[in-house]
Amino acid sequence: MNTKQFMTIDGTPVEIGEEKNLLELIRKVGIKMPTFCYHTELSVYGACRMCMVENEWGGLDAACSTPPKAGAVIQTNTAKLRKYRKNILELLLANHCRDCTTCSNNGKCKLQDLAMRFNIQGVRFPNGKTEPKLDDSSLCITRDTNKCILCGDCVRVCNEIQDVGAIDFARRGSKMTISTAFDRPIANSPCVGCGQCAAVCPTGAIVVKDDSKKVWKALDDKNTRVSVQIAPAVRVALGKELGVDDGENAMGKIVAVLRHMGFDDIYDTSTGADMTVLEESAEFLRRLDTEQEFPLFTSCCPAWVQFCEKHHPELLPHVSTCRSPMEMFAAVIKEHAKDSDKKMFHVAVMPCTAKKYEAAREEFKIEDMPNVDAVITTQEMIRMVKESGIIFSDFEPEAVDMPFGMMSGAGVIFGVSGGVTEAVLRRLAADKSKTGLISIAYQGVRGMEGVKETQIPYGDKVLKIAIVSGLKNANNLIESIKNGEHYDFVEVMACPGGCVSGAGQPYVDSALRASRGKGLYRADKQCNINRSEENPLMTSLYDGLLKGKVHELLHVDYLKSGKH
Amino acid sequence: MPLTTREELRELRGKYEQSLTAEKKKILVCAGTGCISSGSLEIYDRLIALMKEQNIDCAVELEEEPHEQTVGMKKSGCHGFCEMGPLLRVEPQGWLYTKVKLEDCEDIIEKTIAKGEHIERLAYQKGGTVSKKQDEIPFYQKQTRLVLEHCGHIDATSIKEYFGIGGYQAFEKALFDMSADDIIAEISDSNLRGRGGGGFPAGRKWKQVKSQQTEEKYIVCNGDEGDPGAFMDRSIMEGDPHRLLEGMMIAALACGSKEGYIYVRAEYPMAVSRLKTAIAQAMEYGLLGDNILGSNFSFHLHINRGAGAFVCGEGSALTASIEGKRGMPRVKPPRTVEQGLFDKPTVLNNVETFANVPLIITNGQKWYKSIGPENSPGTKAFALTGNIENTGLIEVPMGTTLREIIFDIGGGMRDGGEFKAVQIGGPSGGCLTQKHLDLPLDFDSLKKAGAMIGSGGLVVMDDKTCMVEVARFFMSFTQNESCGKCVPCREGTKRMLEILERIVEGNGQDGDIELLLELADTISATALCGLGKTAAFPVVSTIENFRDEYEAHIYAKRCPSGTCQKLKSIVIIADQCKGCSKCSRACPVSAISGKIKEPFVIDQEKCIKCGACISTCPFHAIQEG
Amino acid sequence: MSQASLYAVVDSILEEIGNRERNLIAVLQSIQEHFRYLPKEIFPYLSKKIGISEAKIYSVATFYENFSLEPKGKFVIKVCDGTACHVRKSIPILERLRKDLTLSASKSTTDDLNFTVETVSCLGACGLAPVITVNDKVYPAMTPDKATELVNQLKGEL
Repeated sequence: MNTKQFMTIDGTPVEIGEEKNLLELIRKVGIKMPTFCYHTELSVYGACRMCMVENEWGGLDAACSTPPKAGAVIQTNTAKLRKYRKNILELLLANHCRDCTTCSNNGKCKLQDLAMRFNIQGVRFPNGKTEPKLDDSSLCITRDTNKCILCGDCVRVCNEIQDVGAIDFARRGSKMTISTAFDRPIANSPCVGCGQCAAVCPTGAIVVKDDSKKVWKALDDKNTRVSVQIAPAVRVALGKELGVDDGENAMGKIVAVLRHMGFDDIYDTSTGADMTVLEESAEFLRRLDTEQEFPLFTSCCPAWVQFCEKHHPELLPHVSTCRSPMEMFAAVIKEHAKDSDKKMFHVAVMPCTAKKYEAAREEFKIEDMPNVDAVITTQEMIRMVKESGIIFSDFEPEAVDMPFGMMSGAGVIFGVSGGVTEAVLRRLAADKSKTGLISIAYQGVRGMEGVKETQIPYGDKVLKIAIVSGLKNANNLIESIKNGEHYDFVEVMACPGGCVSGAGQPYVDSALRASRGKGLYRADKQCNINRSEENPLMTSLYDGLLKGKVHELLHVDYLKSGKH
Repeated sequence: MPLTTREELRELRGKYEQSLTAEKKKILVCAGTGCISSGSLEIYDRLIALMKEQNIDCAVELEEEPHEQTVGMKKSGCHGFCEMGPLLRVEPQGWLYTKVKLEDCEDIIEKTIAKGEHIERLAYQKGGTVSKKQDEIPFYQKQTRLVLEHCGHIDATSIKEYFGIGGYQAFEKALFDMSADDIIAEISDSNLRGRGGGGFPAGRKWKQVKSQQTEEKYIVCNGDEGDPGAFMDRSIMEGDPHRLLEGMMIAALACGSKEGYIYVRAEYPMAVSRLKTAIAQAMEYGLLGDNILGSNFSFHLHINRGAGAFVCGEGSALTASIEGKRGMPRVKPPRTVEQGLFDKPTVLNNVETFANVPLIITNGQKWYKSIGPENSPGTKAFALTGNIENTGLIEVPMGTTLREIIFDIGGGMRDGGEFKAVQIGGPSGGCLTQKHLDLPLDFDSLKKAGAMIGSGGLVVMDDKTCMVEVARFFMSFTQNESCGKCVPCREGTKRMLEILERIVEGNGQDGDIELLLELADTISATALCGLGKTAAFPVVSTIENFRDEYEAHIYAKRCPSGTCQKLKSIVIIADQCKGCSKCSRACPVSAISGKIKEPFVIDQEKCIKCGACISTCPFHAIQEG
Repeated sequence: MSQASLYAVVDSILEEIGNRERNLIAVLQSIQEHFRYLPKEIFPYLSKKIGISEAKIYSVATFYENFSLEPKGKFVIKVCDGTACHVRKSIPILERLRKDLTLSASKSTTDDLNFTVETVSCLGACGLAPVITVNDKVYPAMTPDKATELVNQLKGEL
């Protein structure tokens, strides 16, 4: 029996699969359907009206909110539809700051792209929003309400995925804006700097703060020695902008290019991650003996840490005292160079917007100087590479610098949800064989799902572990813990799927984000060392530089900081 | 004491019916919002005080024991003839006293109550004819008051009086004698169409909700009568709240719902309080609550007050508002009948629709269909306002012509004006003109004429009304009330308003009419919700019917009706000007100049049209033109 | 008003109405009835009690016309500008009231917090157009002169 169901799109019969709506079906057949407010991960909002299609009776339906129906006949590109789309674009442009050439989203803006695609050559209405209207208060993102088209994507990410609730719609009609409560600066809101709003924003209304100028200045200064660390997730996310596939490990090329651009010492944050594994495992074991009611929460993700501070301060005693890999490594790098006569400037290339905030925290400063002097995101690094006129693909891979040039695969997988847990489990596991490694990988720690749970036997105990990504999932987990559910260890990453989906990365769909994660696991496989404790650098560090300074350099007490 | 059986209800109803008939004399003081604002409650108090003084037995509440000699004093719902208020109805004669003042109270007691005499000066008079009884007044003669039948005739705050005129009989019949399918069949066969604007068959809606396999279902009444110029639902909620409750209860019975909500505009505080009273009374008698009248049917009712958002009249915005959210419409599907309030199947009808239900159940669908045209049976309440002699609330069979409404019921134009247009259906509607006067008003013929019944506001406009300004007014309303969610409505209405504003200010440009029509087309085709889709109708309709007025504004910079302030010009008639310079000295902006004893001139660029010169000129040489 | 007594008011309102998200609008209405506006200070408290973000409460409060984040006057005068009132010249009444009380479209409440003048789209008293309301009491068939008279009378009641 043939149970296949078909409908007709632009004259072609198309099989209906699992698609939730017409828009997905239309895109499946390769039609680039315009839309501003549709995201697979978010609820359907249906406000931009760009994805309207014409049905067989000449009526219009919004493709994003109409389910496919067997036998239906639709057109996606009629004269009527083109006219309406153009008019909608014109209306949006009329109310939009149109300084495209100086906009930080230039070239990535959906509005710009669609205006080009639909050949908008003039706007018949006066423009009241010619000047930017900035909220510059956050260290992570910059908002410009005059570039906002009110698609609501940011509001839905902030509320539906992150449960942060920093922003929402305010007022209504043509006075509607997206704002914090009482239009306060975003820095004074519950915002945790995860930047997911900027990631989904189709225009330049919310963009990641740009710190590349600081880095250029340091590079240009002959008397400054510039070191840089590159986070694991960066290497698999350069994407088409630099001519690499998502998931392809470009670390060697990044090193070569950055060296060419003038960075003096180039390191891999995976090395810092190895330190984190050792410290966090030790902390976990210490706590395991005390049989605490609450689990140990990881502390690598600065947006998660800030989420605890702003939304759940009562959980802070249960958040690991380990600094993040970036901060551990930066402390070590700065300690190592403290007697140098040159001015030292340390840069971190991160997939993350919240790292910009973390780097500026008082806890990570020595004599008022931050250990990480500048955090640039993957996107900013890509821009710097482009600005340098470098043809990325022409470079041959190079290795990172000594003396910190060694890392394990356990550190590399920190860039994907479940990676921290897997790395810690590798450390804790009694079975140090190859098969032991593989068996951990199959414990349910991998994958892009927002909530993963696993139980691992340890000695005479069974450890209950949860891995969550997306702060809404974290919130739900916290709720269930408060209702009596017990866990021993909880890994939290603010961005769905972990750092590979960080807001500092070029924005791609969920399938490509998943391939970035897979790329990190491949990179791990290719490493000679897969366990942090087997990284020979660790032994030398602990016996040398870190001796007597482990607490000072690798740990932090967020509870004491009293910033909340 | 809650009633627990059908028999108890019947017995009680019987008692109050008897008691109500026994009550020979009564005075019904209109306690609708209109009459209250003209002082009817003071009159009510004064009459009671006077009766007490004079030892006349009066009862403010209906008692189970019939008493023939007592004068019943009632606060009734709105009669619809607010302009003539405060209104007093005197029974058993059926006299209607209009524009009653406090000073009239003594006379009313002395003459009418004590001696049964009619007071002529309080009766409605027009063109020398005195109309003693309500039914004799031309305003009422052509009406068929079914939904509004109790408004003005019974005490709106008393469930006892509602029992007394056969209240909750329809519910009783539905509960004990009809199955859910029977009820739905009866409503479907009656072809009752939603009175909220769309005209969707109520029976079909109910059937869809009944067929949903979920435990929780809701009955929601849309009392968010936001159309400016409409107050039919308000009068029902204030004047006959139990009728609405009864209709909702029957719907709940038919669809298998246990909970209902009434969403009332915040601007209707009295409707809220009357409904609250009615619900409390119904609960007290066991007509709302669990196991109603000993059956296994349970139904609870809540009231939600709006907070000032026109868009909440849209179904999904209204349910969002009940859920405590911003009233922004959502995309459909799923439809309200599948996932409405709290994502559960929901029947959403407006007040007037529910108020029709008990009538249909009691009298049968055949009787109902005998009123009005086949495809739009029943009556429709309209709020008749504007430049018309008799304004107020009227109810006529569907299919009545505009001419009958305006000239027979409405008494023609006010102040000798000439009929120009009727705006029907509020901000979502269109205008009807001279050529539509004989059009039967029902859902389908109006749709064909490019207008809609909407909730039923009829604003009559005379030749001194500028249609471009009317279009601007509606657009400014819609623009202000747009929720802001979808682009075409948020940005499109803003641009349309911008264009209309410049036209009425004399800055219209060639191509503006075409741009308005293009925007209107885009908005109507692509907006997310019904309100957005209809937002441009008033503009399109006025352009279609009065394009010449638009053109006069744009090209000749002239407002044919003389309404648009900025297009007025003040000129000095040279022949009459003696050159005295008084005007020049009075002008606050030094726009007038000239040589003494020669005609002065006004610099139109500088003139702010304040009119100061006109009043100072001793020779009447300055005019507005 | 101290924070504690502010919260006590909110507590008693939540007690009466309920503290679920669906109660938000009714809760805000009650709070506004009590204070004549929505004091800023209650937002974080409400957010905690109802369990929704402050931004969301702000979002709802600014969506509906009836909520005010600024204190309103003792007498809230609403001029109906519904269709019926509009065609019977409600705007000159509004203009007169604003002139008499030195208010404007952007400034709706007098500095002494005695008067607020605003428009309302329709009060449903169209038969008596043009109408205005003062603290929900309807005044029918208004004219600019009657409005001035009314304001003077209200000033006497202060």
